[in-house]
Amino acid sequence: MIPELGQFALIVALLLALVQAMLPLAGAWRNDAALMSVARPAALAQFGFVLVAFVCLAISFMVNDFSVLNVARNSYSRLPELYRFTATWGSHEGSLLLWVLMLAFWGAAVAVFSRRLPDAMAARVIGVMGLISIGFIVFTLTTSNPFERQLPAAIEGNDMNPLLQDWGMIIHPPMLYMGYVGFAVAFAFAIAALLSGRLDAAWARWSRPWTIAAWTFLTLGIVLGSWWAYRELGWGGWWFWDPTENASFMPWIAGTALIHSLAATEKRGVFKAWTVLLALTTFSLSLLGTFLVRSGVLSSVHAFATDPARGAFILGFLVVVVGGSLALYAWRAPRIIAGGGYSGFSRESLLLANNVLLIAALGAVLLGTLYPLVVDALGLGKISVGPPYFNAVFVPLIAPALFLMGIGPLARWRNGRLADVAARLKWPFAAVLASGFALAFALDEFKPWAALGFCLALWIAYTVGLAFRDRLRGGGDLPRAFWGMQLAHFGMAVGVAGIAVVAAYSSERDVRMAPGGSAELAGYTFTFRGAGPREGPNFHAMRGTVEVSRNGARVATLHPEKRVYTASGMAMTEASVHPNFFRDVYVALGEPLDDQGAWSVRLFHKPFINWLWLGALLMAIGGFLAATDRRYRLGRAASRAAAKLAAQGA
Amino acid sequence: MKRWLPLALFALLAGFLAKGLFLNPGEVPSPLIDRTAPAFSLPLVGEPGRSFGPETMRGQAWLLNVWAPWCVSCRQEHPTLMQLARENRVPIVGLNWKDDAREAAALLARTGSPYVAVPDDRDGRVGIDYGVTGTPETYLIDRDGIIRLKHIGPITPAVWRDRFEPELKALGL
Repeated sequence: MIPELGQFALIVALLLALVQAMLPLAGAWRNDAALMSVARPAALAQFGFVLVAFVCLAISFMVNDFSVLNVARNSYSRLPELYRFTATWGSHEGSLLLWVLMLAFWGAAVAVFSRRLPDAMAARVIGVMGLISIGFIVFTLTTSNPFERQLPAAIEGNDMNPLLQDWGMIIHPPMLYMGYVGFAVAFAFAIAALLSGRLDAAWARWSRPWTIAAWTFLTLGIVLGSWWAYRELGWGGWWFWDPTENASFMPWIAGTALIHSLAATEKRGVFKAWTVLLALTTFSLSLLGTFLVRSGVLSSVHAFATDPARGAFILGFLVVVVGGSLALYAWRAPRIIAGGGYSGFSRESLLLANNVLLIAALGAVLLGTLYPLVVDALGLGKISVGPPYFNAVFVPLIAPALFLMGIGPLARWRNGRLADVAARLKWPFAAVLASGFALAFALDEFKPWAALGFCLALWIAYTVGLAFRDRLRGGGDLPRAFWGMQLAHFGMAVGVAGIAVVAAYSSERDVRMAPGGSAELAGYTFTFRGAGPREGPNFHAMRGTVEVSRNGARVATLHPEKRVYTASGMAMTEASVHPNFFRDVYVALGEPLDDQGAWSVRLFHKPFINWLWLGALLMAIGGFLAATDRRYRLGRAASRAAAKLAAQGA
Repeated sequence: MKRWLPLALFALLAGFLAKGLFLNPGEVPSPLIDRTAPAFSLPLVGEPGRSFGPETMRGQAWLLNVWAPWCVSCRQEHPTLMQLARENRVPIVGLNWKDDAREAAALLARTGSPYVAVPDDRDGRVGIDYGVTGTPETYLIDRDGIIRLKHIGPITPAVWRDRFEPELKALGL
């Protein structure tokens, strides 16, 4: 009964999405207030019904209803309760429903927080969100129905993929999808602006907080995924340039460019066409990522089960949405009026340079991700593109962007003076260079990439400090948006330092360890105390005990495990990590080697790895602060001013 | 003209994506095609003391199907294999890859066995020789012991018709 209720709710949600899309868009076109006023209630009701559908699926998982195919395939009666809940989005079908839920949530959020938008604008934005919802709900119902029954019911489930049984995975998909889907709001604003023909500063101001919010979620989602891969895959790596990772990283790069370009459009009315195009691109890349991950065109370690019908549907949807929006752009582009001028050295030109570099880096990642597909499609054979390509092209494009990131916030709008900035930053630049190299020399071995990383991190950190000093000296207050930007930039500095160290100075060893035996790595002594059986709720494990000491002093006792999950028979390596601010010590069990209890053991020393997560967290906090700046919570007066601005732009 | 550029680029991209939809990225050409099937000798599941090697099958074409009891896709292809076994089209040997022999025997007893023999590759060494990347994978080996075809993923009736039948025809079967 519950699954049928869920399916029914989803069908009702589809009908509501149709209403949400058609009536308000028609209303905005015919300037009919009654039709436009349907937008908000329809968006809220659609969200309500999708939520009911989602809760129904979650209940089916919680009560182990194995007559539901999706539950039987992805859950298990002895799966702990928390994972039974998260198994709701552990499969393709369930995660798609989560995607639909997030989309409806953003639509409802726009409905609630857009009270002060002009009616036609709000109606168009909510209508476009409805159009996207239609596509995804139809996709779910026709090709990936999570409520499908199987009769007779299975007696037992196949268990959730053990890789996903980790608390990083509990929050990673919701965060990631909130980010992915959140860019639909920026997309909807761009389409609404193109439809109305009014691309102006007001439009940029309205879409800024939404874009930053989506970016914040995507940042968290990506870093949680990376953190999960680091701990759960047992290879000690945190980024693999895998197509699935790239699928989430590309919208992030485009979103980062968009945030900066929106700032210039709002403040100075420049780059209007470029900003609109970026808003369209960012969400298009989210859709492209969905296509790549769910259609099986690229092989990846964590792609979903593949089905050509699903691929064909998403591709068709992609063509309609992206093709349609780009055609709309081409049609409307002549109506975009160029904004104010700016000199060769100004905050505008620096933001533009930063945008060009980011988009070039994005192009490099896109090319590397799709290259195997293109080569295969042209019949030139099978190849795979790996980390050597990505590292070789990505770093040289991002390094100058990071350098400019230090200067940009210090330059003036419109008309900066290169000589002033150069005079001011000349000595600090030399000092940063000297201390960056000194730091790299001070570490056990000089690595040029590490020196570059240190220099960039110090450079950004220094300029963040300088920006605060300027603000306080100028007697200005420190609004949230300022804090947000500087915190995000500082987070980038922390992350870059972490990446530089962990990439250059990580060490690892594969050793054979008999009980009582020990091995050395990076000054730590690892002593193996043997491995014994342990019963988990839905797995059997061999649990090793490894004592870690340094200079004779005990540091930690680690318990890496090798698990075999009962229902699926899958073997999993559960690494054990001792973290602190400066390094992780990481132990993973390999295979048992003989009858005397010897195991192959992998030991890792990962200096500064936690700076990476910390940096990303700071960026996300920065994003949160910026998105909630008072400026965007339009007061009545401010909204009137914005409307006036909009009128002038038109 | 410039404003149409994004749309044109996207059209190109969409074309490649559409083409890619009909390609299978998992289909890595095997270097073993047209080579002699690597030799091995493994104990047989459910027949203690007896062992199996490819030379046993000399003189007839046969399928080497790499499977495992825990493998869900293998259960998906099971009915197709059963159908082939009933039709006596070609003998199928099921290499039990990296899993417990008892579980394999129990599963086959429950669901029916399409196999003429089930060698037990407990430590996966033979799988390495054959370049097995996952289960299921199926090799078509001719009467001279030469590998003619490798298929990655479950065998469906369509896969059988489009890939295996033409190859068997070429072998004169």
